[in-house]
Amino acid sequence: MPQPILTVDRLEKTYEGGFRALDAVSLDIHAGEILALLGPNGAGKTTLISAICGLVQPTGGKVTVGGHDTVTAYRAARSLIGLVPQEINLEPFEKVINTVRFSRGLFGKPRDDAFLEKILRQLSLWEKRDQPIRSLSGGMKRRVLIAKALSHEPRVLFLDEPSAGVDVELRRDMWEVVRQLKEDGVTIILTTHYIEEAEAMADRIAVINGGRILLVEEKAALMRRMGRKEMRIELREPVARIPAALEDFGLTLDGTGARLTYGYDTRADRTGIVRLLTALQEAGLQVADVETKQSSLEEIFVGLVKEGAEA
Amino acid sequence: MNLTAIAAIYRFEMARTFRTLAQSVISPVLSTSLYFIVFGTAIGSRIDQVEGVSYGAFIVPGLIMLTVLTQSISNASFGIYFPKFIGTVYELLSAPASFLEITAGYVLAAATKALAIGLIILGTAFFFVDLQILHPVWMLTFLVLTCLSFSLFGFIIGIWAQNFEQLQLVPLLAVTPLVFLGGAFYSISMLPAGWQAVSLFNPVVYLVSGFRWSFFGTADVALGWSILAICGFLVACLAAIGWIFRTGWRLRP
Ligand SMILES: Nc1ncnc2c1ncn2[C@@H]1O[C@H](COP(=O)(O)OP(=O)(O)OP(=O)(O)O)[C@@H](O)[C@H]1O
Ligand SMILES: [Mg+2]
Repeated sequence: MPQPILTVDRLEKTYEGGFRALDAVSLDIHAGEILALLGPNGAGKTTLISAICGLVQPTGGKVTVGGHDTVTAYRAARSLIGLVPQEINLEPFEKVINTVRFSRGLFGKPRDDAFLEKILRQLSLWEKRDQPIRSLSGGMKRRVLIAKALSHEPRVLFLDEPSAGVDVELRRDMWEVVRQLKEDGVTIILTTHYIEEAEAMADRIAVINGGRILLVEEKAALMRRMGRKEMRIELREPVARIPAALEDFGLTLDGTGARLTYGYDTRADRTGIVRLLTALQEAGLQVADVETKQSSLEEIFVGLVKEGAEA
Repeated sequence: MNLTAIAAIYRFEMARTFRTLAQSVISPVLSTSLYFIVFGTAIGSRIDQVEGVSYGAFIVPGLIMLTVLTQSISNASFGIYFPKFIGTVYELLSAPASFLEITAGYVLAAATKALAIGLIILGTAFFFVDLQILHPVWMLTFLVLTCLSFSLFGFIIGIWAQNFEQLQLVPLLAVTPLVFLGGAFYSISMLPAGWQAVSLFNPVVYLVSGFRWSFFGTADVALGWSILAICGFLVACLAAIGWIFRTGWRLRP
């Protein structure tokens, strides 16, 4: 396991008025990985990012970036971080190129127009560089935010819902940019409500709810561990109802009467598949086709948050 | 020291000024010209001379001070309030820049603009009245110190303000009356003794007095007091800003 580039140690945030938005959050993020931070509205995702980046004062705990404490060595820590905020916060009258140049300067980096051109081209903003921001579309504005964050060559990039309001094609482009960054060795932490996005990009998934980290796990392992699979059985001849002999399997029959669905847990000792197939045969049903399907991360996520709420 | 950050903020702010150059310069020049016409010509024809200087010339330092004070405060307060209002402040807060550097960028830009307008008005004044400047270096020193300290003050107001009304409140309710009562248009020696004593609690009196001394060599209060007053104000503003940045007051929840 590589050395963590970002460590969050029992981070606490209680807002003025007593609301506890982060409750002893601990998290290690490894150099070069993509971590997706998932959680429902109000879970504390933005607060966590804000507390790491210096927008919010933590009320407890400690964060280091590249070994630098974000409070006592804030200069060293922050110069490694790029932040794309959730809200589109941009100066409306400023030109795209100027606002990006400003960001680079603010982070103490010498002017480098060739580098900024590369970023703007990558984000398909180069043609718009001399336009005032207010004349851009919402998706373009979000890409300006990304360009600003990349302008100072961060080693750790926070993307707080980068794909909100971005169309499908651009979202794919953005994923491409993120993959490119990962190849360049940038560590990426992204929050998203599109689970499909996390599924497509993340190496690890963290789930946060009510200010607490519920789980951090390799995406593949998570899906294996928690994955429920479904088996669909197409029958040669439709049946009116499920035969009594098959009642124990918890099957569902669809409207046409020709498809049975069997849910099973890949973690279980016995999946029951063999037993089911035998039972089908004994009941005299002829199987035309069988298909299995892994449940998506989304289903896992919804299950997890619900479980957390009940506990 | 992240000098690049200071320069970036300064440049960004100055670019905003140049974008709105016409309105940033025309309106103060116009209003001061009106003052010259109304006070200098209409009233001046009745008052004639104050402390051996023609009334029209006498009010020039006060008028410049009035404009420079309001400009410094409004430039700097707007400069930091605007990012707060539209949310771009996130970038300042997450940058590897100290609070001092951020303040320096905004305050220097606001002071530059105020200084430029002050000088333009001084230039305009030559069109209206015969003017002499006995101590030009002191004049510039006073002007620069005033621009800096009141830009700092404006910066504090911009951080404090939570809406546009509050942003206007302090300049409107405090600064304008203090300047008008601070001897901008008269010498406080023209007041009855009781009001003279009250005036000495008005910090602007010291500014105007010192500034006017650099023009005409006459002052309401001793020059030393004027210098002390402005430096004291500067230090007080710096201390307040230091505290704000340590505690994150109104910036970092
Ligand atoms: N400045 C603040 N003062 C008080 N409470 C706040 C503040 N900012 C956030 N909160 C509260 O903290 C909780 C977490 O908010 P946060 O913005 O971190 O959620 P989130 O996970 O990013 O949600 P979303 O998916 O909607 O963006 C919410 O209940 C929110 O109301
Ligand atoms: Mg959020």
